[in-house]
Amino acid sequence: MTQRRWLVAAAASVLLVAGGCGSGEDGANEGGPTEVEQVTLTVHAAASLKGTFTEIVEEFESEHEAVTVTLNVGGSSDLVAQIQSGVPADVFASADVKNMDKLGDLAVGPEDFATNTLEIVVPRGNPADISSFDDLAGDDVKLVTCAVEVPCGSATAAVAEEAGVELSPVSQEQSVTDVLGKVASGEADAGLVYVTDVKAASDAVEGITFRESDSVVNTYPISVVEGSEHADLAQEFMELVLATFGQQVLADAGFGKP
Amino acid sequence: MTARAHVGLPRWLYVPALLGMVFVLLPLVAMVSRVEWGDFGSLVSSPSARDALWLSLRTSTTSTALCVLMGVPMAFVLARTSFPGQPVVRAFVLLPLVIPPVVSGIALLYTFGRRGLLGSTLEVLGIEVAFSTAAVVMAQTFVALPFLVISLEGALRTAGQRYEVVAATLGAPPRTVFRRVSLPLVLPGLLSGTVLAFARSLGEFGATITFAGSLQGTTTTLPTQIYLERVTDPDAAVALSLVLVVVAVVVITVARPGRGAV
Repeated sequence: MTQRRWLVAAAASVLLVAGGCGSGEDGANEGGPTEVEQVTLTVHAAASLKGTFTEIVEEFESEHEAVTVTLNVGGSSDLVAQIQSGVPADVFASADVKNMDKLGDLAVGPEDFATNTLEIVVPRGNPADISSFDDLAGDDVKLVTCAVEVPCGSATAAVAEEAGVELSPVSQEQSVTDVLGKVASGEADAGLVYVTDVKAASDAVEGITFRESDSVVNTYPISVVEGSEHADLAQEFMELVLATFGQQVLADAGFGKP
Repeated sequence: MTARAHVGLPRWLYVPALLGMVFVLLPLVAMVSRVEWGDFGSLVSSPSARDALWLSLRTSTTSTALCVLMGVPMAFVLARTSFPGQPVVRAFVLLPLVIPPVVSGIALLYTFGRRGLLGSTLEVLGIEVAFSTAAVVMAQTFVALPFLVISLEGALRTAGQRYEVVAATLGAPPRTVFRRVSLPLVLPGLLSGTVLAFARSLGEFGATITFAGSLQGTTTTLPTQIYLERVTDPDAAVALSLVLVVVAVVVITVARPGRGAV
């Protein structure tokens, strides 16, 4: 008996989820349950937002008792691909404008909510004695950066061009995490990652700000996803991110104002 | 080894067996269906792809050679001698088979890295491993070595010691027995082990990215290149993946399991 009821509930939630991803197909909602108490909101957020969004999600859930938020974090381009292929999605927070643009018409009313700039990261104690961006080009300095294919890498290339410094990294890593790993272990003398990344890893590394970082500012946009079953709730979540609470959480983590 | 006897199988067995085969083959078919054949040539011959392929072949060949040099003696010691704690040694030697490659990479970093166990010693000697092609070879050798050891050791145990004992009683010294009897006897096992080690080296990714990093022409191997291209140029990633699959198929065909056992 109870097992049967469980099955019905499971089937209902599957229907709910399936309905959530139907992008504008009119017949999709036919026969869907109307009296579901618990609502699931799916938020896709760029990997660098993991910590801050976890906090914002907790706040949102405490404000909305009947709402469970599923937070899916990953590389922005991977997330765009997932949303386009039809996974349940109500909110998308991207680490750059480019990926939000890629989502095209599926992004409803995108708004910028945070910015991030690059910072030099060195192992604790700064063994290679780095103090400026120019120092990174030194012959003996083992520098690791992100590969140009990934967002932090293209930002690095842009900053280097602005600064007129030719960088010759010993390794071009796939992600911020890989850069931090090489620096934290002392294998590399310096790396270039975002301010927020340095802050999150501050136990093992030190950050060095540099003048030229202002020339390339990365903007984070957020939007409701077209076809969301709970567009109003999604909008509310977005507003929480943009409101004082969300902005404070983001500022604490090192993000800048949009 | 034995003549094939015809004993029927229970019919139900075919269902999960078929399911398993489909599960393994379908993703490969799906990947092949995504290949842009029109651009295939240009996709796999871009400078970065060529560098990656060439580096992968070079490093895999080197690491396979190292695997043979160290692995053959290791297999003989493990299969033909007994000493206290041998099972434990054997288990540890085979450990890279089962630990995640990323963990292997971290272990190598803490051994040969700048601040690793041997880091300062190496620095005194003027050897810098980090971010070099040598680091790629070390990562590949580390993960591939057990493949060679385990297949050769298996072949040695299956072959038994009959012929070796006979040769020894006829007065052959150990080195002659090794060269003229033992080695030829397990040659098929050695070959398939070598091919497996090569394949494993070619596919190595986790330990390489952790230990050696990634720089075009120096440390960016084909799997690393695929992982990177997947974000910006999925077509190129699929095309390069197909190249690796083809190499792997060739390798597996050459070293079909079963040939190794005498």
